[in-house]
Amino acid sequence: MDRSEAELIAAVLKGDSASFEPLVAKYSPRVFATARRYARRESEIEDIVQEVWLKAFDKLRTFRSEAPFEHWLMRLAVRTCYDFLRGHQRNRESSFSEISEPEEDWLERFVADPSSAAEDADAAKLLIERVLEKLSPSARLVIQLLEIEDRSVKEIAQITGWSVPLVKVRAFRARGEMRKILSRMAQAKYL
Amino acid sequence: MNLAELQQKLIAAARVNPPDERVPYAFEKRITALIAARAAAERKMLWTQGLWRAAASCVAVAVICGTVSFFMPAAADNSNDLSQEFENTLLASLDQADVAP
Repeated sequence: MDRSEAELIAAVLKGDSASFEPLVAKYSPRVFATARRYARRESEIEDIVQEVWLKAFDKLRTFRSEAPFEHWLMRLAVRTCYDFLRGHQRNRESSFSEISEPEEDWLERFVADPSSAAEDADAAKLLIERVLEKLSPSARLVIQLLEIEDRSVKEIAQITGWSVPLVKVRAFRARGEMRKILSRMAQAKYL
Repeated sequence: MNLAELQQKLIAAARVNPPDERVPYAFEKRITALIAARAAAERKMLWTQGLWRAAASCVAVAVICGTVSFFMPAAADNSNDLSQEFENTLLASLDQADVAP
């Protein structure tokens, strides 16, 4: 943590709430990117980020300066996103019938020849978003952190506040859940 | 369809498409304004809560006094009437002035 950042935090803790603004300006891009991993609509993303910053302001006293402020903030952001997922579980009930044409094409290309289906295609991105939306909140969080962001089990335990064995159990279940969703999707499209 | 391969492919797709870091215009100003507004609202709420508590206490005292005075038996002897005694004491000098000439 650089000195100016420590000074800003100290000033906020002394009651100067205007000193919080540079911190918001500096870290908002990362918080927005994190929120976009868990929510799709821009209004929901803004709500999440706003909540993260309000929580950060309220809990700033609990921040210990031994660790970087960014790590503390990201932990708060991920936990807020998890709370958001738990509060918005209704999206999981939808079926795969609404898959768009490009997504269907991508799947067909994958079935014909897996290597011909490009990973950087927009359709693949939409498809993984659709699959992630159908996962339970804990499974989605684990898949996101472990598989997509490539974080270690220990790191995930620190971020989520879960124990290491619990993360491992949830990771195992999450992979199974994802496999089940993919199998449902395959059945809906190809049976 | 090889589901394990599809799973790996989709996860790879998520990795190569990281979410963008775009921030709405003047977002930090919005947060600062929200914090300031919230602080003002909290102060107002604190006052309101205090006044409501004071009002509730006053009502409770009034109810207790009313109940006590309603259920207390009226004193048979007027000389024990506190208000009468208070009046007598207050007007004692005037009473004496009337008697003196």
